[in-house]
Amino acid sequence: MADARVQVPAQIKRGAPFEVKIAIRHAMETGYRVDDVGKPIKRNVIREFVCKYNGAEALRVDMSSGFAANPLLQFWLTAGDSGELVFEWLDDSGARGTERAAINVTA
Amino acid sequence: MKPARSASRLCQRLPALLLAALAGTAPAQQRVIPLTELKSGLAYTGEDVRALQGDDFANPGMLWVERGEKLWSTPAGAGGGQSCASCHQDAKASMKGVSTRYPAFDTAAGRLFNIEARINACRTDRQKAEALKPESEDLLALTAYINHQSQGLPIKVAIDGPARPYFERGRDFYYTKRGQMNMSCATCHEANFGKRLFAETISQGHPNAYPIYRLEWQTMGSLHRRMRSCLFGVRAELLPVGSPPLLDLELFLAWRAEGLKVETPGVRR
Repeated sequence: MADARVQVPAQIKRGAPFEVKIAIRHAMETGYRVDDVGKPIKRNVIREFVCKYNGAEALRVDMSSGFAANPLLQFWLTAGDSGELVFEWLDDSGARGTERAAINVTA
Repeated sequence: MKPARSASRLCQRLPALLLAALAGTAPAQQRVIPLTELKSGLAYTGEDVRALQGDDFANPGMLWVERGEKLWSTPAGAGGGQSCASCHQDAKASMKGVSTRYPAFDTAAGRLFNIEARINACRTDRQKAEALKPESEDLLALTAYINHQSQGLPIKVAIDGPARPYFERGRDFYYTKRGQMNMSCATCHEANFGKRLFAETISQGHPNAYPIYRLEWQTMGSLHRRMRSCLFGVRAELLPVGSPPLLDLELFLAWRAEGLKVETPGVRR
């Protein structure tokens, strides 16, 4: 069960850059580790992360074993109109996660 | 580490330790580290770890706290679909300061409870649900959420009355040398705190930030998991999470950390 936390400013000025933060609770198992009896632990990382704004792709991240567990992504966007940010991700086990954030643009 | 020097430090402290051992049933306990000199483990980490813990968004432990908040109002079990909130309402009010008093003796159960045991007793007795497994994500999340409500409040546990035998066993555990390394908890955390052990600075070993997000673990873990890391380090028997000796030790540690403020969710290396 994926949990995530998102942070965006409450009010955004049209065209002005704003910071988006998302933290996802995920073990990001590297695939390089072994368990207590030496059996390799299967890789399970979030391999695809997409952030869409009003349906248009705003950011895509291809993640791999090099990412720490519980990744925290911080990036900047600009917006022309109010709308909704949708974050979607997919891990190696096939589990998907979704999170949303409302963007409130003032003049 | 310089063995000769640390041994002499320990010798200096031995009279105090003996006094503590002899005091036995006396109401006042001898404190090896005076209350005014107590320092949270946060003081012995680096600037980067302090910044990570201090930032409410970047602190990864907050992911568990938020999950705990969801679980708080999620019905469970066959007891009429009750959630924690059905009885305890808003945790922000009802759970404030609760974890500063734990571990505590539970009269009904007739044994010592830490927060994890308390949660599971509520689940099995009231909600008629299955007990959460030790170190499971849900138990860590609920514990983190409950302890987070006491953030900034000082620890103060009761060690008298029915809690007394638990406290004394915990204190004896703390000062007993164990494992292939023949070390007690006090060897590091009372005689040598502030000094280096390989790349790390030894802390005073206080329980005020648990459950913690430990960077080495890359996840959240309980106080008992951390104790097991220490037991592993001195090559002693690895006692199970939630076992009576670790519970006793938890009570002694809470008494020893009296007045330190709860930090949950803590971040440590």
